[in-house]
Amino acid sequence: MTPEINLTRDPAHLRHGSSIGQPLTRTDGVLKVTGKARYAADNHPPGMLYAVIATSCIARGRVKSLDVAAAKRHPGVVDVMTPAHKPELAEDPDAKGNPFAFRMELLQSDEVRYANQAIAVVIAETLEAATEGAALLSPRYQVEIARVGLDAGEPYAPPVVGIGNPAEVVHGEIDAGFAAASKLTDATYETPAQYHNAMEPHAIVAVWDGDKLFLDTPSQGMAIAQGRIGGLLGIPPGNIHINSPFLGGGFGSKGLVSGPQMLGIMAARLVGRPVNLVLRRSQMYGPVGHRASTRQRLRLGADDAGVLTVIDHHARITTSSFDDFYEPAADASHTLYASPAIRTAHEAVRVDTGTPLFMRAPGEATGSIALESAIDEMAFACGIDPLDFRLRNYAEVEPTTGKPFSSKALRQCYARGAERFGWARRPLAPRQMRDENGFLVGWGMGTATFPALMFQGNARAVIRADGSGVMESGAHDMGQGAWTALTQISADALGLDLGEITFRSGTSDLPDAGIAGGSAHTATVGAAIHNAGAAVIARLAELATPDERSPLFGAGNAGVVARQGRLHRRDDETRSESYAEILARAGLAEIDASGTGAADPAAQSHYAMHAHGAVFAEVKVDPELGQIRATRLVGAFAAGRIINPRLVQSQLFGGMIWGLSFALHEEAVMDHRSGRILNANLAEYHVPVNADVPPMDVITVDEHDPHVNALGIKGVGEIGITGSAGAVANAVWHATGIRVRRFPIRIEELVTGLS
Amino acid sequence: MNHSISLTINGVLREVALADPRVTLLDLLRERLDLTGTKKGCDRGQCGACTILVDGRRINSCLALALSHDGAEITTIEGVARGDQLHPVQAAFIAHDGFQCGFCTPGQIMSAIGLIEEGQAGDDPERVRECMSGNLCRCGAYSGITEAVLEAHANMTAAKQRRSA
Ligand code: FES
Ligand code: FES
Repeated sequence: MTPEINLTRDPAHLRHGSSIGQPLTRTDGVLKVTGKARYAADNHPPGMLYAVIATSCIARGRVKSLDVAAAKRHPGVVDVMTPAHKPELAEDPDAKGNPFAFRMELLQSDEVRYANQAIAVVIAETLEAATEGAALLSPRYQVEIARVGLDAGEPYAPPVVGIGNPAEVVHGEIDAGFAAASKLTDATYETPAQYHNAMEPHAIVAVWDGDKLFLDTPSQGMAIAQGRIGGLLGIPPGNIHINSPFLGGGFGSKGLVSGPQMLGIMAARLVGRPVNLVLRRSQMYGPVGHRASTRQRLRLGADDAGVLTVIDHHARITTSSFDDFYEPAADASHTLYASPAIRTAHEAVRVDTGTPLFMRAPGEATGSIALESAIDEMAFACGIDPLDFRLRNYAEVEPTTGKPFSSKALRQCYARGAERFGWARRPLAPRQMRDENGFLVGWGMGTATFPALMFQGNARAVIRADGSGVMESGAHDMGQGAWTALTQISADALGLDLGEITFRSGTSDLPDAGIAGGSAHTATVGAAIHNAGAAVIARLAELATPDERSPLFGAGNAGVVARQGRLHRRDDETRSESYAEILARAGLAEIDASGTGAADPAAQSHYAMHAHGAVFAEVKVDPELGQIRATRLVGAFAAGRIINPRLVQSQLFGGMIWGLSFALHEEAVMDHRSGRILNANLAEYHVPVNADVPPMDVITVDEHDPHVNALGIKGVGEIGITGSAGAVANAVWHATGIRVRRFPIRIEELVTGLS
Repeated sequence: MNHSISLTINGVLREVALADPRVTLLDLLRERLDLTGTKKGCDRGQCGACTILVDGRRINSCLALALSHDGAEITTIEGVARGDQLHPVQAAFIAHDGFQCGFCTPGQIMSAIGLIEEGQAGDDPERVRECMSGNLCRCGAYSGITEAVLEAHANMTAAKQRRSA
């Protein structure tokens, strides 16, 4: 079923010795630059039909009628799936089985919970016919008033935030912290709803074969998706084969299978033919998650020496009217700055939108821009340089838990980033610098941090009779470079050169690799691969060392090392035997072993584990028009072992651009009367284009961390946003003297103050 | 009603029967001619993922009706390499890591080839950034994209000079 994926084997990928740490180009590079990488919607099984979702244009109410007959009369339309006409489900899509089962709209009723919700699906011979059919449904609604924005209703205390974090955390004596302060700041920041907008819209090609289901669909977590889909359909998860070799971006929105993907599967069942369903861009503003809007109040206290006495971080966040996901915005204050008293608390308001979900650095990103702004404000109130202020409040241990850090090279990040940027020349007061064209110039900084997480993942290693190796793990490459980085780890795990191994990935019939999220995929799957490799090498050693005919005889299990396809005696490296020779003597065609990667609970209970970084930004502001241009970004990051510096740099660049976007561009604008998103498209929902992005510089600071996992990997997928957003916002203040606390910072907030 | 048009796609003349006048060039390529390298990111001319060359000019193929391009010469990402020999722009995208997920990449590469052909940007990074700004990249691979376009431009110019020397 799954086509063989031919990864690049050019000379850059044929190395001798260790592959980890090498700046290889992407093994999937040739496929991607030639258009041969097959994304979900590129698959066309014979007999495939096209399904198009009709979506609600109201945000709350009921669908009173649909002109199904008109849609069906349209030439090419095969069927129309509605609440009255759809396959039976085995499970209520509104049931909450586990915290990862979010409610979805699968036409279970005529209720409308948010704008852009699916209300019917038209299935036709062509995309054009299905699109037209959906337009012909002409829905009529019973409309209720939509609840919009952070003041839409009574706030309440959520049971948990993020994944099981307490909604309120208190460390130390808050009142005493305020009493001890000689300087106080109290500011409220707002961040808007943001939408992931991966370039690849959610897509699915679904093919049923009896009670077996074959899916081409982008997934950041195939095994979880199998479980969810199987539960809803009442078929064993093992009957579901997911093919997801390439994702056109995910950023969290493809972590869990979404309602529209399920609708594609249901449509295929209904018509008994393969079905393709691809979301239109506008339809991605609703059923596939988003970053919730927040309003965060930060009250800080500091003493005369510029040392924090209290951090009080309160966040109000939105969630949907019908489900619970709580952006853990205030949790950003748990780990970054030392303070004898820290309180973080959340309250939530229900609104008529789709349910918010994980979006690249969920909680960390929203919390970071507020915290870094507040720290900047306090530094200025104390008359201290922002970097100096951060160093005075450097956390030697994790503030809220008192745990030591497993490693923390943040001081080096500050020092190297500041030096590269030229921070020492920064005037303390704002609005002091102009460029040759008279533009106001500002410099700002922010601290970056993201937890070093591990989930659970598995891998299987094989050594074949010819001495070559295979590594298998159903990992997910959403662009971060899993194909490449995990191939590198596999080569080292097997003691082989890159050219001698095959890495198989991207389908659900391979060992479960867990979820690609939380910046934890390389660490988790890397550890699984490392362990699988070690296990298969141990099995080889078991064959050789007890055998008198082997030069390794008597070396014992611990007494050999694997390198370039040979086992060597540790005490006498001249005595060695090739994998092929060992297998030949044993008469085996191949030998295999499995490995698992997971967090070590003992290490986790002893250490706080985080990646860190420092980001420095320069912006220029037109003094008359208020137009803001970011002109320089420097980030220095310490994130444990770097598997592939080239790919890591790209990840960090990407994250920093998201930070820039957070500060200056992205916002879903709500129509308060209708509850609809006014800019549900890529022209008006601004994401940075090439010209918005300044020259960037990334420094990775060496960090050896023996505690996070066997390979010392901390992950780099999300940390780039944190710190960067605040750095840009602080630079805008430094350029203009105007502190904008509502993001993104817009021209209209600057022009009045500037004149 | 059946319409028939002829298109030269990646150097091959093809007669295309179209039963539906609503079909865009993008959907024609992707859904009917099995040329799925060209991507759809928005279907509204807002992202550039569908960029192809029509008679040498870069266009958003989602905004072009197939019927109105009878007789056109079309180049898509599938027609850029010569066998195993990558086009200089493709090679430069790999060398400079000008992509992550790769979904915007066919459009970026076609746009870059068009831009270099137009000669609008030359070796000026600011101009390259501006002229490549019709192609969104949500992964944020812009640094690599800009470097790749500059390097490909330099290599192609040098190769041209060698040929004419
Ligand atoms: S798909 Fe054509 S511009 Fe986006
Ligand atoms: S590489 Fe992912 S959108 Fe550009």
